[in-house]
Amino acid sequence: MRRYLTGCFVFALLSAGSLPAQTKAKAQNVPEIPYDSVPNFIKMPPGLYLGEAMGIATNSKGHFFVYTRSANTRLFEFDQNGTYVREIGAGSYGFEFAHSVRVDPEDNIWVVDEGTNLVIKFNPQGKVLMVLGHRPDEVAGAVATTNAPAPPAEKYILGRPTDVAWDPQGNIFVSDGYVNNRVVKYDKNGRYITQVGSEKAGNGDRELNLPHGIAVDAKGTVYVADRSNHRLQVFDNDLTFKASYANIGDSWTVCVSPGPHQYLFTSNSNPNGNAPGTWDITGEIYKMELDGTIVGRFGHASKQPGGFQVVHMMDCRNPNEIFVSEIEAWRVQKLLLKPAAGAGAQVTHAGNPGSGR
Amino acid sequence: MRRFFQILPGVLLLAAVTLNAQAPEIPYDSVVNLLKIPDNIQIGEVGGVATNSRGDIFVYTRTGHPTVTIGTARPFAHGGSRLFQFDKTGKFVREIGQDSYGFMVAQQVRIDPQDNIWVVDQMSSMVIKFDPAGRVQLLLGRKSEAERVPAAPLNAPAGGEGGGGRGRGGLPGAGTQSDIFNRPSDVAWDAAGNIYVADGYGNARIAKFDKNGRFIKSWGSKGSDPGQFNTIRGIALDAQGNVYVADAGNKRIQVFDGDGTFKSQIANIGSPAAICISPGPTQFLYSSNSNPPEDIDRDGDIFKIGLDGKAAGKFGRAGKLPKEFGTVNAIDCRRDNELLVGEIGNWRVQKVTLHPVK
Repeated sequence: MRRYLTGCFVFALLSAGSLPAQTKAKAQNVPEIPYDSVPNFIKMPPGLYLGEAMGIATNSKGHFFVYTRSANTRLFEFDQNGTYVREIGAGSYGFEFAHSVRVDPEDNIWVVDEGTNLVIKFNPQGKVLMVLGHRPDEVAGAVATTNAPAPPAEKYILGRPTDVAWDPQGNIFVSDGYVNNRVVKYDKNGRYITQVGSEKAGNGDRELNLPHGIAVDAKGTVYVADRSNHRLQVFDNDLTFKASYANIGDSWTVCVSPGPHQYLFTSNSNPNGNAPGTWDITGEIYKMELDGTIVGRFGHASKQPGGFQVVHMMDCRNPNEIFVSEIEAWRVQKLLLKPAAGAGAQVTHAGNPGSGR
Repeated sequence: MRRFFQILPGVLLLAAVTLNAQAPEIPYDSVVNLLKIPDNIQIGEVGGVATNSRGDIFVYTRTGHPTVTIGTARPFAHGGSRLFQFDKTGKFVREIGQDSYGFMVAQQVRIDPQDNIWVVDQMSSMVIKFDPAGRVQLLLGRKSEAERVPAAPLNAPAGGEGGGGRGRGGLPGAGTQSDIFNRPSDVAWDAAGNIYVADGYGNARIAKFDKNGRFIKSWGSKGSDPGQFNTIRGIALDAQGNVYVADAGNKRIQVFDGDGTFKSQIANIGSPAAICISPGPTQFLYSSNSNPPEDIDRDGDIFKIGLDGKAAGKFGRAGKLPKEFGTVNAIDCRRDNELLVGEIGNWRVQKVTLHPVK
């Protein structure tokens, strides 16, 4: 890895551009789902710290993995009690700026790194099995910061990818991302099949604007957190447009629980920077039926445990035990959802599945 | 009527000026080897030094420049500073916050009344609260995801054309009404646990948060009028909740109430960098007229000041010898007349014992 020292006191502006718009969810009268945050759930060994907790995922044994931005980006494994187990991929060429970690049905661990433009598949023992994308060659040195339009998206080059998911056949879906605005479908061997969206952002059907998270249900339907379009977009397995859920604020990240009755979770995360007023209208997570019917909501923006400080990812292997990782609190929480008071009395429908907006 | 009241403090100030100019020299001794530093640890420039209620000593130090790696088209900055704990005899206890995402350019460390450890980092623009066990409890601010190439001018207002915060307009240095900082310098608390952050190098404001980190308000902008600032290098509160702001570029300490209403100012104490207010029934304000790193032939004296603004005395000068000071950036005054002084220029912590003026 090429490294060099900066000049003294380099002060960088925060990423160019204004803060992302924050959106109050349109859904009304949504039942609140009570929950507890397990106190001091995660036990870090002395001398080990989480930084921005970007990705969290459990495996079939209940172990969970956290992909975090500490001084360097690192991947940690913990057991079901929150006790530290090990580090995976230390010193990896692909670890630069964490964005997501997911565990597939065979307990392989997939990380998505937006600093190297890679999706990396580790086997359960932590050995690299496959790499999607290519880290940009660094012979040109540091490239001047630019907001120029993205070049045409290529099949096997990712542009700050954000998340990964699989269908029951093992096909791979990558949300890509900050530079491109598309979802790419690869077969289980990493060969390109198709995509929806392109390098260009848009807000029509089959267009995306910062696809920031992705999940696939047991039928192979694809759910995409279309964050800057303030919606969640649903596609069939071949990435044809199916529905748009636009009443849940900005969808930052999505999760689909397993089992015979699957639920869809989406987070209207409070935006980075805690801009004035944002805590009052954002920060909650929605529990939905797959058809977009809202079951309930939980959580709120706060810096204290129990509240959320920019939820970046969720794990919902058990739909009543939600793991969340948060950017601006450098923490993960395990939430125990309780039955909503008067559950079933109020159900808010998502609107018009199948309609464009 | 209002004008009259504005003149009145001016008259008082003039009196204070005269007194400060005649501030008596305070005799003092110093110990330069208090900290027993393990062989495998280097102390660099000392951004902050502070003690907790047991006398344990915390040092936030610049141990190397942040390293930049080339990512996609975005270079990422990593590391650069470390936080160490020593016991009251100077024996090394442990490191806290190893490889922290927010540790880049050490600026300050302070210990609150519950012995929580608060770190201020000038480059990550973060304030990080650790509990006494060293676990992260609260974060204010967020590190930039990536470095801009080429780098922006050092004191460019964050993001905005013509000042304000991140494109929001407003007065230069006024910042954003939130916890987006631009090279913050210091942190302090009132009795209720409200948090005051000196957002002082890039911005020119004091930001106030409740004890849970919820933004309450901020005040100040770039300038030289009362309530304006030009490089805030430190902040401290007295037992009544008055806020003392080291307005270094304006060569004064401004005093506000907890809501940001200007009350008075203390001048003729040089350019205040590190400041500290001692506890106890009679509180004193210590303020270092720190020399710039490029010159040891000027400044360097530390003032001891009553809360009425009158200097009780001063001591020290810039230099490299024991009892001299090299760009002091931190003062701990938990024990009145027994100070810990952290130096940028001399990479050390001195324990300074003040004696009665003869």
